[in-house]
Amino acid sequence: MTMPTTASGNRGLQLEQGLIFELNTPGMTAVDLPTAPKVTERLGDMKNSQAIGLPGLSEPDVVRHYTRLSQKNYSIDSGFYPLGSCTMKHNPRLNEKMARLPGFADIHPFQPVSTVLGALELIDTCAAWLKDLTGMAAVAMSPAAGAHGELCGLMCIKSAHEANGQSHRKTILVPESAHGTNPATAALCGYAVEAIPANAEGRVDVAALKAHLRPEIAAVMITNPNTCGLFERDCIDIAKAVHDAGAYFYMDGANYNAIVGRLRIADLGVDAMHINLHKTFSTPHGGGGPGAGPTVLSAKLAPFAPVPMVVKVGERYDAEEHAGFGAAKQSYGRMKGYHGQFGVFVRAVSYMMAMGIDGLRQASGDAVLNANYLLARLSEELTPAFDGPCMHEAVFDDRFLKGTGVTTLDIAKALIDEGVHPPTMYFPLVVHGALLMEPTETESKATLDGFIESLLHLARKAKSGTAEADFKAAPMYSPRRRLDETKAARKPILRWLPPADGNGAKQAAE
Amino acid sequence: MRYLPLSDTNRREMLGAIGAASVDELFRDLPKAALASAKFALPNTASEIEVERALSTMAAKNLNCGAAPSFLGAGNYRHHTPASMDYLIQRGEFLTAYTPYQPEISQGTLQAIFEFQTQVALITGMEIANASMYDGATACAEAVAMACRVTKRSQALVSGNVHPHYRDTTATTMKFLDVGVECLAPDPYGVEDLIGRITDEYACVVVQTPGFFGHLKDYTALADACHKAGALLVVCVTEPVSLGLITPPGRIGADIVVGEGQSLAGPMSFGGPGVGLFATREKFLRQMPGRLCGETTDEDGRRGWVLTLSTREQHIRREKATSNICTNSGLIALAFSTHMTLLGEAGFTRLAQLNHAMAVTLADKVETLPGVKLLPNAFFNEFTLALPNAAAGVVEELAKRKILGGVPVSRFYPTYPELANLLLLTATETNTAADIYALVAALKEVLS
Amino acid sequence: MSQTRFTKDHEWIKVDGNVGTVGITEFAQGQLGDIVFVEVPPAGKAVKAGGEAAVVESVKAASEVYSPVSGTVKEGNSALPDAPETVNSDPRGKGWFFKIELSDVKELDGLMDQAAYDKFVAELS
Repeated sequence: MTMPTTASGNRGLQLEQGLIFELNTPGMTAVDLPTAPKVTERLGDMKNSQAIGLPGLSEPDVVRHYTRLSQKNYSIDSGFYPLGSCTMKHNPRLNEKMARLPGFADIHPFQPVSTVLGALELIDTCAAWLKDLTGMAAVAMSPAAGAHGELCGLMCIKSAHEANGQSHRKTILVPESAHGTNPATAALCGYAVEAIPANAEGRVDVAALKAHLRPEIAAVMITNPNTCGLFERDCIDIAKAVHDAGAYFYMDGANYNAIVGRLRIADLGVDAMHINLHKTFSTPHGGGGPGAGPTVLSAKLAPFAPVPMVVKVGERYDAEEHAGFGAAKQSYGRMKGYHGQFGVFVRAVSYMMAMGIDGLRQASGDAVLNANYLLARLSEELTPAFDGPCMHEAVFDDRFLKGTGVTTLDIAKALIDEGVHPPTMYFPLVVHGALLMEPTETESKATLDGFIESLLHLARKAKSGTAEADFKAAPMYSPRRRLDETKAARKPILRWLPPADGNGAKQAAE
Repeated sequence: MRYLPLSDTNRREMLGAIGAASVDELFRDLPKAALASAKFALPNTASEIEVERALSTMAAKNLNCGAAPSFLGAGNYRHHTPASMDYLIQRGEFLTAYTPYQPEISQGTLQAIFEFQTQVALITGMEIANASMYDGATACAEAVAMACRVTKRSQALVSGNVHPHYRDTTATTMKFLDVGVECLAPDPYGVEDLIGRITDEYACVVVQTPGFFGHLKDYTALADACHKAGALLVVCVTEPVSLGLITPPGRIGADIVVGEGQSLAGPMSFGGPGVGLFATREKFLRQMPGRLCGETTDEDGRRGWVLTLSTREQHIRREKATSNICTNSGLIALAFSTHMTLLGEAGFTRLAQLNHAMAVTLADKVETLPGVKLLPNAFFNEFTLALPNAAAGVVEELAKRKILGGVPVSRFYPTYPELANLLLLTATETNTAADIYALVAALKEVLS
Repeated sequence: MSQTRFTKDHEWIKVDGNVGTVGITEFAQGQLGDIVFVEVPPAGKAVKAGGEAAVVESVKAASEVYSPVSGTVKEGNSALPDAPETVNSDPRGKGWFFKIELSDVKELDGLMDQAAYDKFVAELS
């Protein structure tokens, strides 16, 4: 059966929606404002004399616009989202409600400290949980996301080396399986990067790592559990070798959800680790952010932590906002405006309190159980890249597709038609045609069984050798079919421009 | 635990399928010593009502700005948030989606980013904008790093009228890259000479409009001087509502415009999360940090959107990327964009006019107080006052009267005694005539 | 008499006298996929053998093009930035990246000839 075309381009509940700029009714607004008092303007010669070019829409039109856009998105609220490395777990609405309490939402970063003691208490509460969970001496709360936390950790490390007369240490060791942020962060911190190979079982080649350790090495950055979904069994040994060589051990905490509440990373010999609150602690990803990347620090690195920091003077909270003073005497400075991602902290604390230490331990257990269940059941048709058990994510390579003409990308796109978000594809780079699946503790057995059934079906279909064309055509049922990324990159169109004969703003495209 | 759907029966069945005796067995790669030493002092699970109670108690210890006349700014502004904006960003399809890596099922987020990029480009007067940075301060640091890449120079000059957090964040970030950042002394009177200092060593000059102390200045001549010296002009905007009324930075010759979108994107939330705005000229596209969304077509020829030019980014370029940024401020960018769409040209310009009118009303009143001097001649919705005594003490006294009466400059510059008497005051559409009356009366009392 | 040599990074260089034309091989363009961006060096730029000389990008990959030999760039292919797809369609012809004046013709001896390169590629796959 071929699908009938419609005059509108709509397909039932899938409604086409133009750009706001194409829905413009000049002069229309969805916001009514009180009348401004009559005053003599004091704008000097800076008053704008030209139109801006923003479109005018009514409130119902705006609500409909964004509602329709939202309906073109897949989300954790609507279904299974096993995107490896991303920890797409349930985002409790209680968190949202708490973040919107006027006492948290409607406070200004520069109110007198005496009027925001509850906000400082909230930050300190979040910090206390993170320190207890990790066993670390201190936590820098200002990093805005994971990569920013990595930067914070490396800045502490560089500052510590400088303070100890070790400025000649100019290189960071990073496993080749690492997230791209690790080498990018090292470069942003002024370091050279050397890659460490993985061994056949998907872990850091410890011998190779030790061979790279020498007096120029400032630190080693290791994701643990690593990007292959495996725990670095030798991490204590690695930490010792790194320390013996005078370097620091940065652990990338992107995969912390697998071990939270089970061990304290301080006991592994870690000097610094960022924690993605938007992964492990359930704050929403929001289509790309905001996150928060508090970075726990060992006693050796703690003195160099960035400002601001919450301090306690007797029983009263205070904020140290300036490097070079008080608790921030040796601080390397400020890396973000204001007091960090406060609204994200509120959501994370709401989650921590709700879960409790017993709930967090159960969550990491269920996350690992779910991933191993996928690994076991999917191995019936797919080819696991490594032997289990895995931690919270399972990675498969594309050997099962060999000779079928079907690729990892095709499988991913076919999964869209099955109604699930595809796993992470082609990462980690050390696994050929990788499919990296992270189910998280959010998923019920029934959801996993449904996903397994879909994926086994697709694997069998691919292997049948008769369905290559079907795979290449997928997805068929999504709001858009495969998009031409080559066209987008060759002649980039990054904004709307008024039609050449239009009456919109023309100053834009000079 | 209400967030965890597995039953014990499920767990047993799943362990059976795996062939493991217990969940603990799955953790066998974890070092035994570390497992044994793991002791935690944290409480166990709590019901929803208990969490609400604990957090509401904490929140109640704060004086929220809605409960007191408030005149706070300094980079963070209290504006009215339309109810439909907060509703729309809480739709689960936006709130609980990841970065749009699978474009076929992320067209909503992608189209919203494309619209956001266009709106930011329009209000800043620039050609292109990215999908957002963390906040204004980090966007400023990224702008300086980008200017260094473009000009192949490693020195930056930062005006004393730039927000101190932007200055500090930029200086901190750049010192690790061995880029010299020369931050000029704070300039509350708006008298610094930037043009005279420009040399061909500088990658860029960084200014802010409206300035940190409130000044509105025309930087056209500065832009020309920068370009003559082969440097870029970076313009920071901490209050984007101003762009509804004043000449956009793009039209005075800015090469990069960075800013903080919070003031149009919802609650202040103690300063975070915000949303970093980043706009520039098309010729610098390849040196730009952050995600970009571009237009294309799908297999059926229908218009759609994808993330594009990703080869600049960390997941492809690794140590050669233009930035290490991955997660940005997607949802806050959506809030910004939704609010901007609700406002439209008419609402945006009217909102800006109302802000300016409230600030002028406030200025007219406070500058007549004895011993008080208004510093900027031209300003938008914020200005600096020189008081007869230390501003920090005045603000504390006002707080005792349940008035949040501005931000003392000494909060940022504690080691500059000559700035101790300076107070930053802001008025927005959220202030009423009664608020202004209350502040003026209280100030009169405190200052006498 | 012109001669063509190849590098392990999949560049080719076709030399006439002491001027060489450099591009990437059929194999390299195939590995990259649809090429969306090319940056060629300006005339006058001095490059070393094995040094970064140009940039080539597909949607999902970015790669440097290394100069097979040392010398001075005489000309970048100004048609490429506007038509990067030429590298896919004609890598050994119109898809050339730059012309270079060799400072040491002997460097060519260290590179592979067509037969050696074909063997090298065959072993990769």
